[in-house]
Amino acid sequence: MSSATTPPDSDPAQRRRVHSMLKLYYGLNEEGKATEQAESLDPCDINGPHFDPEIYLNKLRKECSLTELMDHESCMVKQIRSLDSDMQTLVYENYNKFISATDTIRKMKNDFKKMEDEMDCLSANMAAITEFSARISGTLQDQHAQITKLSGVHTLLRKLQFLFELPARLNKCLELQAYAQAVSSHRRARCVLQQYSHMPSFRGIQDDCHVIMEQLAQQLRQKFRDGGSSAKDLSECVELLLQLDEPAEELCDKFLSHAQSRLEADLQGLEAELKDSAVTDTGAGSVQKTSPGSNPVSPSSSVSNPFLSPAAGTDILEFIDRGCNEFVSNLCLVIASYQELFINRPQESELASKNIPEMANGKLHVFVDTLAARYFSLVERRIQEEKGVGDNSLLVRALDRFHRRLQAISKLLPGSAVPSQGTEIVVRAARERIKQYLSALQTFYHDSLTDVRQALAAPRLSVGGASASGGGALVGGASSKDAPPSLPELLTSLSNFILNQLKSVLASVHLFTAKDITFSNKPYFKGEFCSQGVREGLVVSFIKFICQSSRQYCESAGDRGGSTPPALLLLLSRLCLDYETSTISYILTLTDEQFLVQHHTPVTPVTALCAEAREAAQKLLNHYVKVQGLIISQMLRKSVETRDWVNTIEPRNVRAVMKRVVEDTTSIDVQVGLLYEEGVRKAHSSDSSKRTFSVYSSSRQQIRYAPSYTPSAPMDTNLLSNIHKLFSERIDIFSPVEFNKVSVLTGIIKISLKTFLECVRLRTFGRYGLQQIQVDCHYLQMYLWRFVSDENLVHFLLDEIVGSAAHRCLDPSPMEQSVIEVICERG
Amino acid sequence: MEDDAPVIYGLEFQARALTAQTAETDAIRFLVGTQSLKFDNQIHIIDFDDENNMINKSVLLHDAGEIWHISGSPADKAVLTTCYNKTSESRVLTCAAVWRMPPEWESGNHESPDDSSNNPQTLELLCHLDNSAHGSMACVLWEPMGDGKRVISLAENHVLLWDLQESSAKATISSSATLEGKGQLKFTAGKWSPHHNCTQLATANDTAIRGWDLRSMSQIYCIENAHGQLVRDLDFNPNKQYYLASCGDDCKVKFWDVRHISEPVKCLEEHSHWVWSVRYNHSHDQLLLTASSDSRVILSNMVSISSEPFGHLVDDDDLSDPEENQQEDKGKEPLQDSIISTYEEHEDSVYAVEWSAADPWLFASLSYDGRLVINRVPRALKYRILL
Repeated sequence: MSSATTPPDSDPAQRRRVHSMLKLYYGLNEEGKATEQAESLDPCDINGPHFDPEIYLNKLRKECSLTELMDHESCMVKQIRSLDSDMQTLVYENYNKFISATDTIRKMKNDFKKMEDEMDCLSANMAAITEFSARISGTLQDQHAQITKLSGVHTLLRKLQFLFELPARLNKCLELQAYAQAVSSHRRARCVLQQYSHMPSFRGIQDDCHVIMEQLAQQLRQKFRDGGSSAKDLSECVELLLQLDEPAEELCDKFLSHAQSRLEADLQGLEAELKDSAVTDTGAGSVQKTSPGSNPVSPSSSVSNPFLSPAAGTDILEFIDRGCNEFVSNLCLVIASYQELFINRPQESELASKNIPEMANGKLHVFVDTLAARYFSLVERRIQEEKGVGDNSLLVRALDRFHRRLQAISKLLPGSAVPSQGTEIVVRAARERIKQYLSALQTFYHDSLTDVRQALAAPRLSVGGASASGGGALVGGASSKDAPPSLPELLTSLSNFILNQLKSVLASVHLFTAKDITFSNKPYFKGEFCSQGVREGLVVSFIKFICQSSRQYCESAGDRGGSTPPALLLLLSRLCLDYETSTISYILTLTDEQFLVQHHTPVTPVTALCAEAREAAQKLLNHYVKVQGLIISQMLRKSVETRDWVNTIEPRNVRAVMKRVVEDTTSIDVQVGLLYEEGVRKAHSSDSSKRTFSVYSSSRQQIRYAPSYTPSAPMDTNLLSNIHKLFSERIDIFSPVEFNKVSVLTGIIKISLKTFLECVRLRTFGRYGLQQIQVDCHYLQMYLWRFVSDENLVHFLLDEIVGSAAHRCLDPSPMEQSVIEVICERG
Repeated sequence: MEDDAPVIYGLEFQARALTAQTAETDAIRFLVGTQSLKFDNQIHIIDFDDENNMINKSVLLHDAGEIWHISGSPADKAVLTTCYNKTSESRVLTCAAVWRMPPEWESGNHESPDDSSNNPQTLELLCHLDNSAHGSMACVLWEPMGDGKRVISLAENHVLLWDLQESSAKATISSSATLEGKGQLKFTAGKWSPHHNCTQLATANDTAIRGWDLRSMSQIYCIENAHGQLVRDLDFNPNKQYYLASCGDDCKVKFWDVRHISEPVKCLEEHSHWVWSVRYNHSHDQLLLTASSDSRVILSNMVSISSEPFGHLVDDDDLSDPEENQQEDKGKEPLQDSIISTYEEHEDSVYAVEWSAADPWLFASLSYDGRLVINRVPRALKYRILL
């Protein structure tokens, strides 16, 4: 058998198998319970717990052959042997352990016995200690109670001592001016004294304390009233007084009145400054009028002193700065400390119950409002003095600072109307500013026009001389003796001046809306200021003003001898036309872009302005035509009216006045050509200047010598109507002209020739008178056709003149055409 | 409502002188004087038959010279004055004379219209207004509503008041005044005021309008620079004694209150050339005619400065609804001064325009080419004024 057993450590797998089988045997296999149960049902499982040897044997005998049985038997034997050896090994292995365990247990048995004895001893000792302790505390009980009582008495005595010493202490505090300590001491004692006031001794103390505290309060009040102390001291005072049950309302009033006196001083400083500058300002009278009696303190400072220069006063920025630094910051301090004292007090204090915060708040608002109103009136007066339009940035910066500092108040005093009033002042100042700019622009425009007038007048005085203004060079003064100054240059410089001025004004006004300016994001400055103020009030008004003043030139000059030089009319007309075509839209676009105008409110559209400008231009040009036409008309009229046409000599020359007419027309042509385009003219034959009067003279002669004396013809068969039929269009003499040179010249020539015609019809001519008219008309014919849009018009009017002269002639024998031509060419 | 078409009559000569026959209140009759240097001048008597819209005319010979001005006596419809050019020794002088129309012209004309032209009758000369001492006559003015005994003539710079005696056979200067001043002063037009007992006269010279008191023959007012240029004509408002209309070469018509002469009351600028004639309607002074050398005649309705700015409206209320009289104030129409109509029948300068003496709704205008046009106030307006 021993040979069959394997050594225990020879194979771990073998050992484990053995272990597990042992475990199975002893039912220790916990993890394999399911399998155990599955196995347990089979009685033929040799390793199972329900193994039945009989069944197993029977089964083997039934199923297996002999050899198999034999094999099986040997295998079983082998297995049994191995199992036995395993068992032996196990027993051997565990034997030593059993031995040592037994030893240990025996040793423990001995030790425990010793311990048990010691424990018994301990419990006996403890019982003794307890007994002793109980005995000690029993003896000490009385003394302990006594000590507790004694310490209570001690505390009470200390308190009493405090009370008794209180008056002295308070006095000492009073002497040392340690008011805070005094008050806190008193506060501590107050309740007790109150409670035991029925006891005479306490009562005495209480009375003493009262007297002292009264004194203290008196001193505090005095200090409070003196006002020389700092804000911190003051607030301390107030704090203490409040703790002393001083009525809060009175304190508020006192505090405020004290603050008021200081702020008043600031205001008076400002006012003095204002008065100084008002005195220096020559316009002080008007300033005074604009804010009459807004400040009762202000004496009548209307006595202006014109001898001091206005520069002597401080500028507005300094003024506002001073106002901000002194008044506004002091006001803020006052508000802050006041709120600290009266409004933001801890709620648990008894003061809260008396609605003191509300009362105090109301007082504060009234106080701030009255002072701010005075301050504002001062600031407004100062702003109104700001009349010069040179530098807007100063004003804007001043306003900005003004507005910015007021925001502090709004933070401190949320419900106050002061900031909004301040904003209103800024808004008003901005509005006022726009008005000033507008009037400045208007003055500038007038001044520019005066300059232009002078420039126009200057070269006339020095005809032919090199014009000092540098204008005449372009024109080529050699060709015409009455060389006008360079109109285009004047025009460009004028319009540039105006535009630049307008731009600079826009830039100045734009400062109001700069991003870093606090009030620029107010709704007014975002909307109304841009659209109504700048666009409408400034730009549009200025353009309208230009048109308006231009129109006035037409009206005033008409009757009273034409004081406006015609060249100026022409220049202005062109200016207005330029405005119509480009400048207006440019300016408005510029404005809209710069100011981001959002048109909430209806604004003047560009087209309306353009129409107005065009109307003005048209009117000016019409007037120009009229004035120039009248000048030439006057020459012609005088020449016709003053001559004795019956007794004149045979014409040898063109009359000088005709040459003058042509010259003047030429110079007008040059003048207009400088500013206006050529314009369209009807095509005319190349030999227009050579056109003869043969057409009308032949037809006229026919009629003249063969008059149809058919009476009472229902329709007149007059010659003139026949001619009219050729030109069925009626000629309007003083009719509007177009914006070009030809049209202007046509208008002037029409007026002149029509005058000539009407004058001729009022005269009676001799033979030579008629011939002179013929010569004159031919001369005009030779030169005037080139200026007009339709040369037929000139022909027609001249035909009419000669025709009328022939009718009015006593001896109508016209001059030979060839002779006329010779005379005209010679002249 | 369709208005009647204008009636046009053509003269074969040029003409400037036109007048209504002032004393004739039944027939619508105008007198036209022609201007011709080579042929005998004529006075055409234009009778307008309103019902048939026809013209009957007679021609009288005026062989003294071309007629520059004509005016009829307010008392005797056969008597008239003319200013005419007399050329002698290559000197032209404008003279004036009082004429009587021959009594047969009317009947003769009706019987044989064709004959009259071949054989026109001649005016009978009553007397000359001798002006040899005073120069050319600009115009002769009859005393308005007078008995035909007094005329004023304007000669150069003299105002001459004539008394006509012995049935106008003799004229003597009763008083005269002379305008003194630097330069050559010359009256261009004048008007005898029908107000103040006919003691006032207004004259125009150059750009000034002057008023004269005929009792003292002294100047009573002077509107310097009344117009920018020459003043061509004047007329008095027949119903408002201080109101005066003037017109001139500045194309304007101005209305003046002679008590406040610094500024015109109103100014019209509708014509495109010189305005040669201005005439108030004799009955309805809001109606105003102007004639201009732009060949147009304009009829304006100057309600605001007329004697009855709301007159016809009051009548309106009276007729339709008497109890609405108190609404008169708010019922006032806004005053509208407006052009009623522009007449463009002329093709040459229109130098004269006249209301008919008989029919207040009818007027004639005369252009230089000899065309006489008779027009009426539009019916709509007529009824508005009447009702």
